[in-house]
Amino acid sequence: MTFGGEFREGLKLSFMALMANKARAVLTMLGIIIGIISVTLMGAAIEGLTRAFNNSIASIGADVLYVQKWPWMDTSGEWWKFRNRKDLEIDYAEKIKRDATLLAAVAPVVGRLGTLKYQNITANNVQVEGTTSDFMYVSKMEFTDGRFFTYEESRGNRPVAVIGSDVADQLFPNREPVGQKLKVNGLSFRVIGVRSKEGSFMGMFSLDNVVIIPMGQFQDIYGKHFHPSIEARVADPSDMDNAREELRGIMRKIRGLSPLQSDDFSINQQDLLTRAFDRIAGIIGGVGLFVTALSLFVGGIGIMNIMFVSVTERTKEIGIRKALGAKRRTILVQFLIESSLICLGGGLLGLAFSYPLSMLVDKFLPTSMPFSIAITGILISLLVGLVSGLIPAMRASKLDPVEALRYE
Amino acid sequence: MRVIELVKVNKVYDMGAEVQVQALKEISLSIERGEYVAIMGPSGSGKTTLMNILGCLDTPTSGLYLFDGVNVSDMDDNELAKIRNQGIGFVFQTFNLIPRSDALHNVELPLIYSGVPASERKDRAKKTLEMVGLGERVHHKPNELSGGQRQRVAIARALINNPSIILADEPTGNLDSKTGDEIMLFLEELYKKGNTIILVTHEEYIAEHAKRIIRIRDGGIESDLPIAKNGKVKSPQVMEKVQV
Repeated sequence: MTFGGEFREGLKLSFMALMANKARAVLTMLGIIIGIISVTLMGAAIEGLTRAFNNSIASIGADVLYVQKWPWMDTSGEWWKFRNRKDLEIDYAEKIKRDATLLAAVAPVVGRLGTLKYQNITANNVQVEGTTSDFMYVSKMEFTDGRFFTYEESRGNRPVAVIGSDVADQLFPNREPVGQKLKVNGLSFRVIGVRSKEGSFMGMFSLDNVVIIPMGQFQDIYGKHFHPSIEARVADPSDMDNAREELRGIMRKIRGLSPLQSDDFSINQQDLLTRAFDRIAGIIGGVGLFVTALSLFVGGIGIMNIMFVSVTERTKEIGIRKALGAKRRTILVQFLIESSLICLGGGLLGLAFSYPLSMLVDKFLPTSMPFSIAITGILISLLVGLVSGLIPAMRASKLDPVEALRYE
Repeated sequence: MRVIELVKVNKVYDMGAEVQVQALKEISLSIERGEYVAIMGPSGSGKTTLMNILGCLDTPTSGLYLFDGVNVSDMDDNELAKIRNQGIGFVFQTFNLIPRSDALHNVELPLIYSGVPASERKDRAKKTLEMVGLGERVHHKPNELSGGQRQRVAIARALINNPSIILADEPTGNLDSKTGDEIMLFLEELYKKGNTIILVTHEEYIAEHAKRIIRIRDGGIESDLPIAKNGKVKSPQVMEKVQV
């Protein structure tokens, strides 16, 4: 008998056997259903978090170096050392720009929450950022309308403002923002550009609730005591390391550090965050999948148990089939198909539940269920079926026909 | 031509704790194609063991068993399965039909295991069921059929692969005497058509349907005698039915 024939016959017989015991099949499936739901939801949550993180982190820019007082990731735990560091000054940006050969653009950035007003509409807690015209090249900014401020506007401290898309929606719901005058903490600015939507950072706060103005204007509003971070775009993204070293050297010169002194500033980059995130996501994912896989394991034990029952119940039938010429392999395949069908059914049902569930969870936490997770879920359930059905099926296939026929 | 030849066959069961039971002792016998043989014996005589060996469900501990001239004494499970599938048609006392499957599928089973394509399988199974008079009931499940009908399904299943022998183990044991007689008539007809039939029974009047009776006692052959052409016991009613 060919394998294809065995398979078709096994499929038919298994289906009949399952139909004859619907309640039992469904109850057994339940273990797999729950297992697949938890595994796929866990996978979807991790996948969703990773995607959300990668989307968010994209706003930082992979080829941008951030000179700051504090490091983003501190593994030393000696935070007080960083606190005692000197603050950065705005004119560092000019000095760096003058000396650097591997940097494409350098801009100082200061920021604070402020209040915007247009006619009778007020927007509170908007991020107000002061910078220079170079910032446009550092952040590769894109616009839905208008432009960034020019070198002249920046140097001349013109009262011009670029707004984020949230601000545009909030203050100018019914008209074109560009050309309108808005007030930032009471001072009047002309809107010259609307930045394209950037999204939110991990779904927590919006990156579009922002207004960007020339540095001098920022100081007019808030005073000169604000210390910037210096953002620099690397000319050649494949040469990050050398650019960082050059930047470090320039900073050390500015600070007048002797060769024996360690840096009193930090150079941060996106890479630090992604690496840290990857590590954390890896651990959470590993532990989470392990825990959820346990439930699948329990489901598999349930399948094995019920397959043993099924083999015992059908001992006589197995005897009859053997007497009529069924080979060991035929019986083995029949029972393997039966356990795989239970698991596959459970897996498909599990996916049918977990997909809408993941949509629901997505409302609170970024979640996404890619096709690969669905396919993996189905493959895993099939595997569970094969593995847990194997021992009972082998027992069935090895039954002695004489003994089996005598079984009542 | 010999279908079955046993030469000094022994079967020893190991009961554990070094206790051994010799179920068959030095059995030698041969059966020609087209014979109708009854194997008789009280319970515990080794009759069932002999039947299991003849049916290739079990192998002898020692000795030679030639089935259709092929030595099956040392065959493994899968080779024996093939012999059972192609060479032997079983008729059991308890019918041994698969309860969830209809008559047609039950009759198809041996063909499934020998790899006959589905359409041919269905055709042959239907024809065989018609032959045993169940052409109207192909889609009935065993529990929807009477005892006699079930046994006829089993006979159809035994016949479908044109086996070398039909091995009937107490085929009337679970039937009332009238239905039992019908089944025996049926076997008689099959014999007349040239089938080789081995009937295992402990009932004298059933055994007397055969043309030769082998009596087993204590694991050995007690007697092996043909029944005279105009042998006894055939009730007039039954004879009438034969002619119909």
